[in-house]
Amino acid sequence: MLKDITLGQFFPGDTPVHRLDPRSKILLLIVFIVALFMASGWAGYGLMVLVTALCMAISRISPRNIFKGLKPMLLIIVFTAALNLFYTQGTPLFPGWPITREGLERSVAMVLRIVLLIAGTFLLTYTTSPMALTDGMERLLNPLKKIGLPVHEITMMMSMALRFIPTLIEETDKIMSAQKARGADFENGNLLQRAKALLPILVPLFVSSFRRADELAVAMESRCYHGGSGRTRMKQLHFQALDLWALALGALLLAAMILLRHFGL
Amino acid sequence: MSDLRVEALTHVYSAGTPFEKTAIQDISLQIPSGQFVGLLGHTGSGKSTFIQHLNALLKPSSGKVLVDGEDINQDKKTRRAVKNKVGLVFQYPEYQLFEETVFADIAFGPKNMGLGKEEIEQRVREAARFVGVEEELFQRSPLELSGGQKRRVAIAGVIAMRPGILILDEPTAGLDPAGCRQILENICSYRRESGATVIIVSHNMDDAARLTERLIVFNHGTVAMDGTPEQVFSRPEELIKIGLNVPQATSLAMALREKGIPLRGSIYTHAQLMAALKEVGIC
Repeated sequence: MLKDITLGQFFPGDTPVHRLDPRSKILLLIVFIVALFMASGWAGYGLMVLVTALCMAISRISPRNIFKGLKPMLLIIVFTAALNLFYTQGTPLFPGWPITREGLERSVAMVLRIVLLIAGTFLLTYTTSPMALTDGMERLLNPLKKIGLPVHEITMMMSMALRFIPTLIEETDKIMSAQKARGADFENGNLLQRAKALLPILVPLFVSSFRRADELAVAMESRCYHGGSGRTRMKQLHFQALDLWALALGALLLAAMILLRHFGL
Repeated sequence: MSDLRVEALTHVYSAGTPFEKTAIQDISLQIPSGQFVGLLGHTGSGKSTFIQHLNALLKPSSGKVLVDGEDINQDKKTRRAVKNKVGLVFQYPEYQLFEETVFADIAFGPKNMGLGKEEIEQRVREAARFVGVEEELFQRSPLELSGGQKRRVAIAGVIAMRPGILILDEPTAGLDPAGCRQILENICSYRRESGATVIIVSHNMDDAARLTERLIVFNHGTVAMDGTPEQVFSRPEELIKIGLNVPQATSLAMALREKGIPLRGSIYTHAQLMAALKEVGIC
């Protein structure tokens, strides 16, 4: 059950999307998100859907995996759709109905926005290994070092957090089984009882997380880790022609969205 | 005291996905009440999956598990009730300790069974005695104890439920020799006094040879060998082929036989080795 969590999952592959430099992928995601919020009208949203579908097709990530990632967000999506559907002023779709034409349009647009936003983000994490991702992040944030931001430390923490998600999930599973074997009940009872029932999981989980963190720190120190200064990388990142093309296409998409918005096609 | 029957048990993880994996396949066996059983098998042979079926933590993909003749997977109620009959001690059980005091932690299981206060207290004292945890420790935090003490408190937490079948997954892993000996003695004394069936997963062949009445060897999710220690250790070549060890006495006897010393019989304890050596006139 807990193993279904897909956060931070990576599907290895050898497609143009996988081969892109992580830096360009992060930049492209930002461009994608800005473009998504600039989008207006059917043409704009249609183009965004098309672009997302195209990227998914090129990266050979099956839509099923994307939808699996959407599942936890379902409640938010439904809630947004309902709110926009019923609370937008305008001309009623049918006389006497609370649903307006504008409401319907806006709720479809909002749902599309959320779905595409998540799909785009998943496309990045599915096709980029956590290592490459944090590497790219570090390089992109590098200029901020000048104003005293500990960029290396932040990205190191990020990659460790990502690395330990599956470990913690496994650990939680194990502790849950052990407490269930002692008759713990996580499924019945009212809210308070259920919250209390989590204690036998949370306490051991915290204890073992601290132990793990301690062990990791000792292991890193014994290998002479001392922060970011003077560190070199095993894998150097290189921009290729592919990256230039991809970034150019991203800029084109953004330009198209701005034009569509201003000329209201 | 409970007897256990497993019928054509199969478990498939993540069925219907690309990660599908058959962990155990078509296992049928019967363990009579009071037997001391050792489960052997290398990592990933399906032992852990198997034992988690015996108290309904995992649902079989197909097949049945019967405790005292009753199918434990009938409904939610039986799946819950079986946990009071079949006690399962996981690997490194000390990582599941969570209460503020040793007493409260041992009492967690009996409390979940819905027992009265006096009954709980009696059971906690009894369980603590079995595993050699002194009553002075009752008000201490379990997190302050030493590794071996923590392990014993965790085992007491399961014993306090008075299970008719006690299953332990590598109870001695990571302990020093004295700690190992003590834990095994505790388990034996619980078995002697309660008459419970005990199933122990172990990688230590000498312990398995010395303590158990029956050995079940798992390989690739099926039962590769099943018999008394004498029967199983009389086929040491097969055990080694599966990737397991044999007891020290057995491997020494094998080496001596290879050198041409005709030792007779199945040898898996030091006493047997000594007897066989005497028979051929050495020592």
